[in-house]
Amino acid sequence: MSTKLENKELETVEEPKELSGSSMLIEALAKEGVEVIFGYPGGAILPTYDEIYKTGIHHVLARHEQGAIHAAEGYARVSGKPGVCVVTSGPGATNVITGIADAMIDSLPLVVITGQVATTVIGTDAFQEADIIGITMPITKHNYQVRSVDEFPRILKEAFHIATTGRPGPVLIDLPKDVSLATGLFDYTKEVNLPGYQPTTIPNRLQVRKVVEAVMAAKKPVILAGAGVLHGKATDELLAYVEETKIPVVNTLLGLGSFPGDHELFLGMAGMHGTYTANMAIHESDLLINIGARFDDRLTGNLDHFAPNARVVHIDIDPAEIGKIIETEIPVVGDAKHAVQMLLDEQSESGDTKAWVEKLQGLKEEYPLWYQEDGETIKPQHLIEIIHEVTNGEAIVTTDVGQHQMWSAQFYRFNKPNRWVTSGGLGTMGFGFPAAIGAQFAEPKSPVVAVIGDAGFQMTAQELSLLQELHLPVKIVIVNNASLGMVRQWQQLFHGERYSNSLFPIQPNFVKLADAYDIKGMKVEKVSELKGALEEMIAHPGPVLLDVRVAKEENVYPMISPGKGQHQMEGVKPQ
Amino acid sequence: MKRTITALVNNTSGVLNRITGLFARRHYNIESITVGVTENPSVSRMTFVVAVDSMQNVEQVIKQLNKQVDVLKVKDITDESIVARELALVKIVASPQQRGEVAALVNPFRATIIDVGRESMTIQITGDHPKVEAFIDLLRPYGIKEIARTGITAFNRSTKKPVTDPYRLTLIN
Ligand SMILES: Cc1ncc(C[n+]2csc(CCOP(=O)(O)OP(=O)(O)O)c2C)c(N)n1
Repeated sequence: MSTKLENKELETVEEPKELSGSSMLIEALAKEGVEVIFGYPGGAILPTYDEIYKTGIHHVLARHEQGAIHAAEGYARVSGKPGVCVVTSGPGATNVITGIADAMIDSLPLVVITGQVATTVIGTDAFQEADIIGITMPITKHNYQVRSVDEFPRILKEAFHIATTGRPGPVLIDLPKDVSLATGLFDYTKEVNLPGYQPTTIPNRLQVRKVVEAVMAAKKPVILAGAGVLHGKATDELLAYVEETKIPVVNTLLGLGSFPGDHELFLGMAGMHGTYTANMAIHESDLLINIGARFDDRLTGNLDHFAPNARVVHIDIDPAEIGKIIETEIPVVGDAKHAVQMLLDEQSESGDTKAWVEKLQGLKEEYPLWYQEDGETIKPQHLIEIIHEVTNGEAIVTTDVGQHQMWSAQFYRFNKPNRWVTSGGLGTMGFGFPAAIGAQFAEPKSPVVAVIGDAGFQMTAQELSLLQELHLPVKIVIVNNASLGMVRQWQQLFHGERYSNSLFPIQPNFVKLADAYDIKGMKVEKVSELKGALEEMIAHPGPVLLDVRVAKEENVYPMISPGKGQHQMEGVKPQ
Repeated sequence: MKRTITALVNNTSGVLNRITGLFARRHYNIESITVGVTENPSVSRMTFVVAVDSMQNVEQVIKQLNKQVDVLKVKDITDESIVARELALVKIVASPQQRGEVAALVNPFRATIIDVGRESMTIQITGDHPKVEAFIDLLRPYGIKEIARTGITAFNRSTKKPVTDPYRLTLIN
């Protein structure tokens, strides 16, 4: 027994090897357990692509770098592992900045490798040179330019460490061509040594006790669960804590799935298009426990009216989020898993919240999300409900940005974590479809449905090629209202119905487009055909593009108009 | 209000850009900034003077600085017992007859005359902000041709005074 163990240990002790920069990269990816990289080649990154060719690492060739980076994001969101994206210098690098910014604001772990011109010509405006370090400084968690091959192993190791620990985020490594060709010693055994980067994961127990006391004293407590619960893998702990204390829960847009959507203590999503109940719960609460949410303005509405009577507890892994927007009485720095577990250990009951919970459940009953049916015209909300039905609520749903995104958040009930992939903070059109490709890589067996607007789909539609080439069974549902729906809604409500550049007078034939890529394409226009078409879509083993013609002038309700407080929602009931 | 903040940072290329970019993006106005290497050549010390509206803003500045991987330690030293110095070079109009008069001003301020031309003189002064201000004011009547000033650079004194300011930051963890 013991000899075996010794042998094993001997095996894992590796002598540092002499490697080129590009082979160091591949070696590091293997050591980090990276299964797939998304990218696009070009001159400055060619040595790396040569290495990819030799070692046969699984590389997905997107058709645009934006597709590659959003796919990496989708992969990261669903798998919880870092998404890796490799692109060339100059235009390759600048094409990924939208995705980097998106990952930064939504805290997704990415490691992005950009090629760079040789160190000898950096700064001379050489062919395909862009100062990607300067450009991405404000939108990365950290970035590096590798100046010498000797520091590359350390940088790679640090990059993965920084991207995936603490508050996750994108890390960019800019790799000059000569460095990728130069050779040096590859030693990946050294521990990461970053004195300036020490995230606090275990909360301060005194602070946790203060939360416990606050909960005991509260009559109207509410938990606001954000994406931090998902990143911290704290969903089981949250559910257990809520079952013990009977504190009702609301979600942020990105936090959907962190708490079961059909739990009796779940009040729905809060914010601009959240439920009336969720928003009123925050508005009337006397204790607001924020776990891993960052008080985005689309959530809070007008800050002057936000949770006016509440003592605020904020649990976050990133201390800079605490007190950034809302003054916090009890700050708790730590990851959601540890924090909620500590709360659970300390507390099995709360104050008397019975009346509060009853009141909220009454509101929930009185003000459900609603839409009005209209004969054979397909209402987009109805479409989402049927998607939920035919997928048993089990699908991974990705969306783009706009009305369809809000309807998906409202009408697809998420009971499990990591089934919901959307661009929350940056609101990036073009995100949803490539993100679905990444999500399908993370979970090859799960149904993946990309719910996309007709406008946003046209921003990254070229990635249809990947479905065909890689036989990915992603189902694309185009919520086709022949307009930039959300823009049209705002123009209707706030710009006197002047529809400046938001209506599509003509539309491409999406079914023929699918056909061009050798993908099954279908179109539905009538309610009576809808369920059958969706069932056919799900039953089909390969990719499907479904063009659903929906009511053109449907608006997303309820709504907090700009400048209004959470308690001033409009459209909470049908007119 | 003005706050004096020091940061120890990794002495890597681009770190200054990283830090100033962070301030600019968040609309924190830097009144002055100095950077220099410390006793450890891989670590630099930055001293900022920032203008902010509230203590919450100071807290946010410090937290944002702390978030940077290259930042090792951040401190708001405004209310502490500190040694703070800045340097100014002042070129004034001075005829040969006025030189003696200027020299007499220079002495009590422990400034130094470092260059003399036919019709001008350049004087170097170091000290805390009010002292440098006061000195420049005294020189004004002669006619100031040019001023070059550094921001302040500072750290804590060896002996600490007890902190009494009720508004002091309480950063958790
Ligand atoms: C890259 C980008 N450009 C512009 C916008 C502004 N914008 C937000 S929603 C929207 C309309 C989206 O239309 P569509 O994709 O058809 O979705 P719908 O709202 O109709 O569901 C636009 C233009 C954005 N979010 N992202």
